[in-house]
Amino acid sequence: MDLGFSEEQEMLRTTARDFLDNECPKSLVKEMAEDEKGYTTELWKEMAELGWMGLTIPEEYDGMGMTFLDLVILLEEMGRACLPGPFFSTVVLGGYTILEAGSEEQKKELLPKISAGDLILTLALTEPSGSYEPDAITVKATPKNGEYVISGTKLFVPDANVADYLICVARTKEGASPEDGITLFLVDAKGPGITTTLLKTIAGDKQCEVVFEDVKVPKGNILGELDKGWGVVEKVLAKATVALCAQMVGGAQAALEMSVNYAKERVQFGRPIGSFQAIQHYCANMLTDVDGSKFITYEAAWKISEGLPATMEVSMAKAWVSEAYRRVTLLGHQIHGGIGFCMDHDMPLYFKRSKAAEPTFGDADFHREMVAKQLGL
Amino acid sequence: MDFSFTEEEERFRAEVRAFLDQEVTEEFHQELEERGETEFSREFTKKLAQKGWLAMAWPKEYGGGGATMMEQLIFSEEIGYHHAPTGGHRQGINLIGPCLIVHGTEEQKREYLPAITAGEVVWCQGFSEPNAGSDLASLQCRAVEDGDYYVIDGQKTWTTNAHRADWCHLLARTDPDAPRHRGISYFLIDMKSPGISVRPLINMLASHDFNEVFLDGVRVPKENILGEKNRGWYVSQTTLSFERSGIAIPAGAKRNLELLVEYAKETKRNGAPLAQDPIVRHKLAEMAVDIEVNRMIAYRVAWMQHQGLIPVYEASMSKLFGTELIKRLGDIGMQILGLFGPLERGSRWAPLRGRIARACQFSLGGTIAMGSSEIMKNIIATRGLELPREPRP
Amino acid sequence: MNLDFSEEQEMLRTTTRDFLTKECPKTLVRELEEDEKGYSPDLWKEMAELGWMGLVLPEEYDGMGMGFMDLIILLEEMGRNILPGPFFCTVILGSLPILEAGSEEQKKELLPKISAGELILTLALTEPSARYDATGVATRAVAQDDGFVINGTKLFVENAHIADYIICVTRTKEGASPEDGITLFLVDAKSPGIRCEVMPTMGADKLCEVVFADVKVPKKNMLGELDKGWPVVQRNMEQAAIAKCAEMIGGAQAALDMTLAYAKERVQYGRPIGSFQVIQHYCANMWISVETGKNILYQAAWKVGEGLPATKEVAVAKGYINEAYKFVSERGVQCHGAIGTTRDHDIGLYYRRAKAAELAFGDTDFQRELVAQQIGL
Ligand SMILES: Cc1cc2nc3c(=O)[nH]c(=O)nc-3n(C[C@H](O)[C@H](O)[C@H](O)COP(=O)(O)OP(=O)(O)OC[C@H]3O[C@@H](n4cnc5c(N)ncnc54)[C@H](O)[C@@H]3O)c2cc1C
Repeated sequence: MDLGFSEEQEMLRTTARDFLDNECPKSLVKEMAEDEKGYTTELWKEMAELGWMGLTIPEEYDGMGMTFLDLVILLEEMGRACLPGPFFSTVVLGGYTILEAGSEEQKKELLPKISAGDLILTLALTEPSGSYEPDAITVKATPKNGEYVISGTKLFVPDANVADYLICVARTKEGASPEDGITLFLVDAKGPGITTTLLKTIAGDKQCEVVFEDVKVPKGNILGELDKGWGVVEKVLAKATVALCAQMVGGAQAALEMSVNYAKERVQFGRPIGSFQAIQHYCANMLTDVDGSKFITYEAAWKISEGLPATMEVSMAKAWVSEAYRRVTLLGHQIHGGIGFCMDHDMPLYFKRSKAAEPTFGDADFHREMVAKQLGL
Repeated sequence: MDFSFTEEEERFRAEVRAFLDQEVTEEFHQELEERGETEFSREFTKKLAQKGWLAMAWPKEYGGGGATMMEQLIFSEEIGYHHAPTGGHRQGINLIGPCLIVHGTEEQKREYLPAITAGEVVWCQGFSEPNAGSDLASLQCRAVEDGDYYVIDGQKTWTTNAHRADWCHLLARTDPDAPRHRGISYFLIDMKSPGISVRPLINMLASHDFNEVFLDGVRVPKENILGEKNRGWYVSQTTLSFERSGIAIPAGAKRNLELLVEYAKETKRNGAPLAQDPIVRHKLAEMAVDIEVNRMIAYRVAWMQHQGLIPVYEASMSKLFGTELIKRLGDIGMQILGLFGPLERGSRWAPLRGRIARACQFSLGGTIAMGSSEIMKNIIATRGLELPREPRP
Repeated sequence: MNLDFSEEQEMLRTTTRDFLTKECPKTLVRELEEDEKGYSPDLWKEMAELGWMGLVLPEEYDGMGMGFMDLIILLEEMGRNILPGPFFCTVILGSLPILEAGSEEQKKELLPKISAGELILTLALTEPSARYDATGVATRAVAQDDGFVINGTKLFVENAHIADYIICVTRTKEGASPEDGITLFLVDAKSPGIRCEVMPTMGADKLCEVVFADVKVPKKNMLGELDKGWPVVQRNMEQAAIAKCAEMIGGAQAALDMTLAYAKERVQYGRPIGSFQVIQHYCANMWISVETGKNILYQAAWKVGEGLPATKEVAVAKGYINEAYKFVSERGVQCHGAIGTTRDHDIGLYYRRAKAAELAFGDTDFQRELVAQQIGL
């Protein structure tokens, strides 16, 4: 057992933190929340130069061949910095799907471009039902003249507004079970028949409604096997869930630090508010939540990294972190008093992100139900 | 990072588990309960000693097994999971033994340590007093020099197992004029000494585990002081290399959770198995998640110690998390058992032989004993996060 | 609207409190926990002389003709003092159904005796299925000769071991719905075929297992109409739930008072522990729970007393007060430190009572389900 990070991993964390402190100040984060694109090409390029987009892509595709656990560290730092932009969509949702399901040709074509920062991808999975279950997939792909024609509406698609390709999860068959008959298509995001509308969200993250109207996709753009796409989605979702937990952990750590610092500084009744026991105990609760979140996330990430079965751990992590992050940001706000309620303050950035992350890839109730199943209930 | 145990460690776990499966059976528990000693068994303690497990993580030179902290963690986890009785050795192995190793004279070590590692001598802890609970340094029990002896007068309370113990490690004030922390000494006292009387205190479960201990002119030879005179407070604060992970709590909770899961699968309520009730599923899953988080928080402590690091707030966090968790589990367990929840053993209707009702009541002491939850949070805030201390009024 | 108690009611409260403080000290409470009967016949007589058993019974049956709200006050004080014994089951579970469903003859026969303290009654409703709805009633009563024969097992029957009569809820017909075909019988508790055993519980509250094996009951002992007994039970369950709430709030108030007093008096670190902010906040939260609980209780009790529909109010009250009492008594123990975990300390008595009361007449989840139905879910 080794619950510490390696030297290289610590270094990755330090570089990432330093870089993001410099290049991604909160002023940029706030600006990007208002910005239509939601990211700057300069920053994107610099990140690519650091090798971040290809961090876990094998070296043969111009990646750095590092592990999922390494990526978790990077994502933690991104969550801490509230980094805006399509990194998660491209690398986690897009990159891992291609790695998992793509043909050698597709990988050769796409992965080096991702590594180079030349490609933005995303996954179009959820629909107006808002569910992550396979029976929620109703967007249809019908074969016609050697191609497929996709029709239907996807909702909460992250960064579709700036994506080059959408990986669309579509139904190609009414199978025996809801899992059966789902296929993944690599769709040109700017192709005819696609309408992308940016949704207005509290966190200013770029979630989109994507309407497919008779969108033609060549057969060669199928990722993985026909009708057998759900297995891929499940694997990618497991990674994405833990990856999101990592971002949340970073955010929670930042919110904790900010609150503790404020509690030491802010004086009322002639003493720092951090000397009031009520505030001390809030902070102790926050630290407990943050530490718990870290280890439950690392455990799941390690299992995934090692290729071990992790269904239980992934769901445990998301069930816990969803609520812990919310508790932490709520207490953080409480400690900050009125100033934290200001639009310009950094605290709301974290609170809003915690609320946005909570339902993403399944909320705590959803994952508790998964845990219940794993318990044999 | 690596969350797995080595093959050797896994083998060790399997060995411990096999032993405990065989020894700590339902019948064994029942037998202890009938004796009113759910947490205490000299015979069991001796068996662990014979296996070489009792002091496994102590240095070899003191009769220990020289095991790693990871092996100790595994052992404690299995002990916790099996709800095995530890009252016969907890104080000796975890507290006074390690203090002796650091602060004892050669003679003291020779005298006391072998009996502890052999599981032959039971110790109790005489720290708390009626007016010195959380604020232990305000203790008033007096020790006055008289020739080759100290004469001790005063009262201790909540002394777990005092009625079963052979020896007591006890704090008493040797210099009433010194600042509070600097006038306390650490004594090793034979419980058979004249002048000691033990009066039972009955806990909420109506069982007799803790006691009041009255000391009336108890003569203790001078060589029975541990460490220097007036330095007893610092001896008691030794943060040693004994295992402080607190793993036994989530491990024990895991067992109770498994029993509740089984119960939910087997029991029909309102025409369907309880296991199909979404509220029951939700509650049990929530506990499973909490237990796993608790396990990680406890593992971290052991791992730090394994690395030679000294946990500061981390052990407090584990203690806080675990004791609060078993309170929630007790409550949720009772809710799931419904009307059958409060039934005690002896009723044929009592599910799981009343074990959840007992766990539920027992959990109330956990957040108080060995540093209350409030004190744990004070420590996490001031030492972990370095928040300013509360000013004294 | 009048949210105050009348002068008479205040007086009733004071006399009750004074009487119980004097006549039912905690030493007696504890003694009776261990006692086989679980009540003191002397105290019972004195209570009868004060008119408590007949408090809400009409004067024509030798009662005092007072209102349900008056009874609530009395119960609050009983809960405050933890009065052991068969008052609740005799008065709430026994006399109220008789008053509601009994024939004139039955009333004339039984109610004056209840008023006089000469009869102990109880209600046998729940069974091994442990549910409070009509479906749970499987104990059968079959017509035979000029009476009925009862067979079945009842569980959690309060004080059946000392009762003179058991009102047994039986199934006399498999009706169209579970509610149809339920009949109540007044069963002489000493009838041949009845086996009664006290179940050991953590509240030591004398709940019994009562087995009916071919127990013969004359027809005239039917209470209310054949097959139409369920509405009587249902109304009684509402009365019982709200009456239990009154006891619980009384207990919670006592636990709060006791904790406040201790927090002011217990000194650690050179100051009363009540000067520590966390203890202050615990106490404040406890007080809020008690006060809120009272408001909810009085509103619901008033409705029940007036015979108005109160299903929702009662469910809200029991659901809230279940949690409030548990919370207040648990925090109470925590604030007391080790002494609170002893068998001899009063705060633990309240904790154990809270746990038992939580389950009686529907636990929190049960009440929440009722509320859900009432708000249209
Ligand atoms: C089951 C059990 C077994 C025990 N076994 C032993 C034993 O073997 N040997 C032994 O010596 N002792 C033993 N103890 C005693 C235990 O160490 C004390 O109970 C503990 O130190 C707390 O002291 P107290 O009970 O006097 O509570 P108090 O210190 O009086 O505390 C009362 C309440 O005030 C709170 N409080 C106190 N100070 C503060 C503060 N600064 N800030 C905020 N809140 C505060 C506490 O958290 C608690 O809620 C045992 C206790 C229990 C419950």
